Amino acid sequence: MDELTSVFIQEGREQLQAMESGLLELEQQPDNHDNINGIFRAAHTIKGASGVIECHFIEAFMHKVENVLDRLRNGEIHVTGDLTGLLLRSCDHLSHLMDVLEAAAAEPPEDVRHAGDALQLELAAYTAEAAGASAGSMIEAEADVEASGGGVVNTDSWHISVRFGPHMLRGGMDPLSFLRYLASLGEILALETIPDAMPGAAEMDPESCYLGFEIRLQTRSSKADIERVFDFCRDDCELRILAPNSKLAEYVKLIRELPEDDMRLGEMLVRCGALTQSELEEGLFSQQQGKLPGDGDPLAPQLGEILVDHKVVHKEVVEAAVSKQAQVNEKKAVEARLIRVQADKLDQLIDLVGELVIAGASANLLAQRSKQSELVESTSILSRLVENIRDSALQLRMVQIGETFTRFNRVVRDVAKELGKEIDLVITGAETELDKSVVEKIGDPLMHLVRNSMDHGIEPADVRESRGKPRRGTVELNAYHDSGSIVIEVVDDGGGLPRDKILQKAIDKGLVQPTQVLSDQEIINLIWEPGFSTAEQVTNLSGRGVGMDVVRRNIQGLRGSCEVASVEGAGSTFTIRLPLTLAIIDGFLVGVGRSSYVIPLDMVIECIELKENSADRDFLNLRGEVLPFVRLREMFEVEGEHPARENIVVVQYAGQKAGIVVDQLLGEFQTVIKPLSSIFRHLRGIGGSTILGTGEVALILDVQTLVQRNVRKEERDMAANNAVARSTTQN
Amino acid sequence: MGTQNRLAITEDLTIYHAMEQKERLVAALEMADGLELDLSQVGEIDTAGLQLLILVKREAARRDKALSIVAHSPAVRQTLDFCNLAAFFGDPVVITAHEQR
Repeated sequence: MDELTSVFIQEGREQLQAMESGLLELEQQPDNHDNINGIFRAAHTIKGASGVIECHFIEAFMHKVENVLDRLRNGEIHVTGDLTGLLLRSCDHLSHLMDVLEAAAAEPPEDVRHAGDALQLELAAYTAEAAGASAGSMIEAEADVEASGGGVVNTDSWHISVRFGPHMLRGGMDPLSFLRYLASLGEILALETIPDAMPGAAEMDPESCYLGFEIRLQTRSSKADIERVFDFCRDDCELRILAPNSKLAEYVKLIRELPEDDMRLGEMLVRCGALTQSELEEGLFSQQQGKLPGDGDPLAPQLGEILVDHKVVHKEVVEAAVSKQAQVNEKKAVEARLIRVQADKLDQLIDLVGELVIAGASANLLAQRSKQSELVESTSILSRLVENIRDSALQLRMVQIGETFTRFNRVVRDVAKELGKEIDLVITGAETELDKSVVEKIGDPLMHLVRNSMDHGIEPADVRESRGKPRRGTVELNAYHDSGSIVIEVVDDGGGLPRDKILQKAIDKGLVQPTQVLSDQEIINLIWEPGFSTAEQVTNLSGRGVGMDVVRRNIQGLRGSCEVASVEGAGSTFTIRLPLTLAIIDGFLVGVGRSSYVIPLDMVIECIELKENSADRDFLNLRGEVLPFVRLREMFEVEGEHPARENIVVVQYAGQKAGIVVDQLLGEFQTVIKPLSSIFRHLRGIGGSTILGTGEVALILDVQTLVQRNVRKEERDMAANNAVARSTTQN
Repeated sequence: MGTQNRLAITEDLTIYHAMEQKERLVAALEMADGLELDLSQVGEIDTAGLQLLILVKREAARRDKALSIVAHSPAVRQTLDFCNLAAFFGDPVVITAHEQR
């Protein structure tokens, strides 16, 4: 695939997404004209670009879509649920067509083609009532050249002809300020002042307005926007707006309608670049000829027809220029803010920065050993810079999660329709950033959770009403940062997880024994088990029982975790926690015996000394709170004598605190995470390894597992001590 | 050699003064064969003021007299530029260095 095509596919998909979100918005606000224009522009850009790379099947299809959008834009047809549905399906189809193109196939396969033909028929139904065949084709031609969105070619801009009424000035309005405001919509390419209406000095009333203006305006705004500029003086001025690339006939009509002398006005139009001299002569001259045989003669060619002929010749030229201009311009607008970089180049940079961090640490160590203060100082400056480079390099990989979230607007809309439920999606924290590789992989698990919430969580509208809830259910997607990890929540206000049903099901499936005593949280957690589903009715959305365990595995694959909290009758919350980055972290270096370990610094809260008297317990009293702790020495069976003093590093994960007992605290350390080989995949408590400045290897502690291990142990102990069935250890 | 009259306008060229300014401008043009306008003191100019300038220029042309604007204030210059009328008046415009964008 050549470069041009791959660029087209990438940008086409972006446009497609813009179109799709525009259409979704359109359903909510059918009258938003800007939005309709935005959708049209996106469609038009795709069409234009597909023409450039000579992908005719996309071009042909988009042409049909564009025709419908054009009529929508001109207010000839109105927004209906069917129409937006059809357009959304057209978007889907277009996405399929892009897949075809991406696979470098010359033609779409049979089934895609059939689907496309069916859609085209449906689309044609919206364009069919165009008045007459010839008029219809003219409309198409116009659409082709109109929505360019830019370009320096002057034929490609709006022509605004305005004559201010005499009472403007007395009414306290200054026509110039309207024009200045107009200039803020876009760029005024040319402006001619027409003072012809002004009488001689004797009759001239200095408080009346006599001026008129012919303006060429280049803007992305719609006609309505331009008209709105003149809203305040609409009654007191004559306003004519010609769309970009209006036919010559329309200019001639404008010339005829305006009070000024035809030739003089014509020259004005030539001067401001609306027409060329020859076009003007041709237009005026051929009209006179047409009129000569007599006005009533039906055989005489009408002005319009003559000019349409001119226009047809003209059209190809303009179209080519315009579509090229539009592409250049629209691309420029995006490129100004973004540079596309290949992902592997970025990865290579991050790898190198990782090596730099390690090498820097070793240089630092040597400098400190040499005890030369100047050397120490210069290496410390160096390491600060390395730290900054590291942060900015990692920042390069960060993307906002919003894009992933917005995809769900469509999902929620479609699924809600399919299920016959009324569901709103609320998104918060869309600007939260996380590593690109994580964003890519989080889509599928999220999709599963959202569908699950809609299918199993939210009740049908009638049921909701009878339970005293609003008819429309809400699914929320939240994202935020929390102690070195990013948290993504899927919240619904549906029925919550049915505890008894889950327990019953688990017993039926043999996952738990009927005699087993389980806490509420443990029962709810059963949904993560493989082969579990409680929906009475298996739908095609979810409920095949292959969901939650896969979701959990996917998230664990990203070094993350997932939890569920639920209140029966009020809804449930699925919480996904993911590490912010997968490459380099700030670590806290600790020593046990002769080996070193790294604890992610974001999770460390404080360090305290372990008192002698707690030697045989696994918890201590931290300012009135119970703090359970693990002894690394015992856990990893490190040999050697206990030192005289031991320290506790207090860590926090997902709101739970725990202590880790170590021999020495060695301070902060920039840690490049090196993944452990797959042999150690099942090792619990170790998240990876890193290389110290001395060249030694330190293991990175997986705080999450350690904390959870603690909590579980605690729960087990409690359950063992307590004969009460419902323990209260969950939090 | 005809007589030259020079008129400096010191207040704003706006609707509020349009009436009297018209009288003054027309009278000043009447009195001599040529009129030089000094607009360097004009802080503000609106459509009414612009109309007056056009009127005087046209009137001068009709009666074969010369009208030149010898000094522009920034506001005048910007407005004439905006309306694309600099060529219509045909006067040399001095753009000071610090005004240049």
